[in-house]
Amino acid sequence: MSESAPRAVVALDGVAKTYPSGTRALDPVTLAVREGEFVTLLGPSGCGKSTILNLIAGLAAPTRGRIAWWGAGPEALGARGRRLAMVFQSATLMPWARVATNVRLPLDLAGVPRPAAEGAVRDSLALVGLAGFESSYPRELSGGMQMRASIARALVTQPDLLLMDEPFGALDEITRTRLDAELLGLWSDRRFTVVFVTHSIYEAVFLSQRVVVMSARPGRLLDEVTIDEPYPRTEAFRVSQRFLEHAQALQSGLVEASRETGVRS
Amino acid sequence: MIAPDALERRAATVQRVTRIAAPVGVALLVLIVWQVLVTAYDLPRYIVPSPLVVLQALVEDWGLLWHSLLVTLKITLGAFALAVLLGTLVAFLFAQSRWLELSLFPYAVILQVTPIVAVAPLIIIWVRDTQIALILCATIVAIFPVISNTTLGLRSVDPGLMNLMRLYKAGSWSVLWRLRVPSAAPYFFGALRISSGLALIGAVVAEFVAGTGAAGAGLAYQILQAGLQLNVPRLFAALIVLTLTGVALFLAMVWLSKAALRNWHESELTVEMR
Ligand SMILES: Nc1ncnc2c1ncn2[C@@H]1O[C@H](COP(=O)(O)OP(=O)(O)O)[C@@H](O)[C@H]1O
Ligand SMILES: [Mg+2]
Repeated sequence: MSESAPRAVVALDGVAKTYPSGTRALDPVTLAVREGEFVTLLGPSGCGKSTILNLIAGLAAPTRGRIAWWGAGPEALGARGRRLAMVFQSATLMPWARVATNVRLPLDLAGVPRPAAEGAVRDSLALVGLAGFESSYPRELSGGMQMRASIARALVTQPDLLLMDEPFGALDEITRTRLDAELLGLWSDRRFTVVFVTHSIYEAVFLSQRVVVMSARPGRLLDEVTIDEPYPRTEAFRVSQRFLEHAQALQSGLVEASRETGVRS
Repeated sequence: MIAPDALERRAATVQRVTRIAAPVGVALLVLIVWQVLVTAYDLPRYIVPSPLVVLQALVEDWGLLWHSLLVTLKITLGAFALAVLLGTLVAFLFAQSRWLELSLFPYAVILQVTPIVAVAPLIIIWVRDTQIALILCATIVAIFPVISNTTLGLRSVDPGLMNLMRLYKAGSWSVLWRLRVPSAAPYFFGALRISSGLALIGAVVAEFVAGTGAAGAGLAYQILQAGLQLNVPRLFAALIVLTLTGVALFLAMVWLSKAALRNWHESELTVEMR
């Protein structure tokens, strides 16, 4: 599969965000995400990573600049348009609803008939390794399993663009590395576009084709590093010399970013 | 040797038994001391009747008390149902419109803080049917927790879930049914516990004010009459019936809340470690 088709799934053009409270979260940012790409936003906490994702998701409007989805305005998204899904830092499941109902929510909201929706839910749960947990309640699942359910809910609509906001940040290291590997497996199979947010250098190197390093608040794009390594990436890659080299390159970028934090706060 | 599992189970059983046995023990102790003191000091029954005398009154006057209980219960349940119905309706309106809440909530508060004893005579004059008047009085007492708790609950939606709904472009009806109503459930059931007791209190207070005798003689009337006639054993007996009714209402609400929330809400989880 060639990476050459440079079609922008989402393009931010001089996009800035100042919250009504007066917080300047994001200085003008220009960024294009190509079809099928795995891009990671890496930066210190509070630098506006979630803000960028929320802007891309259409959950917030930019103060300045323009965002284009597949070359069009927000109307490109939604019922008849391209599908976008988001995974948040916490699993955000409805505690009163069983896992299957939680995963079915996007389909229910889109008015998909029940039998078709239930088939899709089963497939999606199987994909994330939660087959058989359809009728469990979220509280009966571990943190990692709740996150899997959250990913199943995001994938159930077969999204073209998947936004992930530090999805594994609250999990333990072992669970996180396993979910990272599984996520890469899903991405390799289906080739949706991913914009991933993390503050872990190692996670960024392991997952991404491209890492965008952000400065401390107000967020700006400082640096862009291409992780030119073949997929599938295995556990051996994690302990390879090249992995460390990439991590060091990002580390120096981040040091620069956090030095600016030091000045500010 | 006993397996740790069995030990744990036994500890749980002991705790369950203690939870019932301890308060019952306290009651028995109080009753015995009470009986002994009344007997020892030979107190007249029109001042402090002994527990045995009260029990006797309870049995002898049961027909009368039962009839009065039904009257009071009818007012209580009518008021409770009305409070839940109207209160929930108002809460939905408040939750849908900030404007409506801002303009009307102060009046709900005024309704709440005005003593019902002061308002009841007016309502009894205005409403011809005494029973309906009494139900209205009790409703005023019981409705506030339903309004304020349910409104709060309908607003207490996890912002993450709200974002999710917006991401998938859910309409406001969808948000209401799929998100707001379930989020409000724990608050609503909390309100039921308070409100059921308030409905009973409201019914009794309203009966006191109305002083209805004859056919519509509720428990409050019996207490009032027994007091006037210095029939203190019957007064106590009526009081006991009233208290037990309140406790039964409360327990019913606890059970209802448990049945509705046990699958997911922290307050009703039966912790089970395996
Ligand atoms: N809804 C909001 N209103 C006001 N300020 C906000 C809001 N969301 C985020 N911020 C502020 O904007 C800055 C960037 O936040 P965020 O995008 O969440 O950073 P990150 O995800 O990189 O940690 C922070 O200083 C945060 O306090
Ligand atoms: Mg964030």
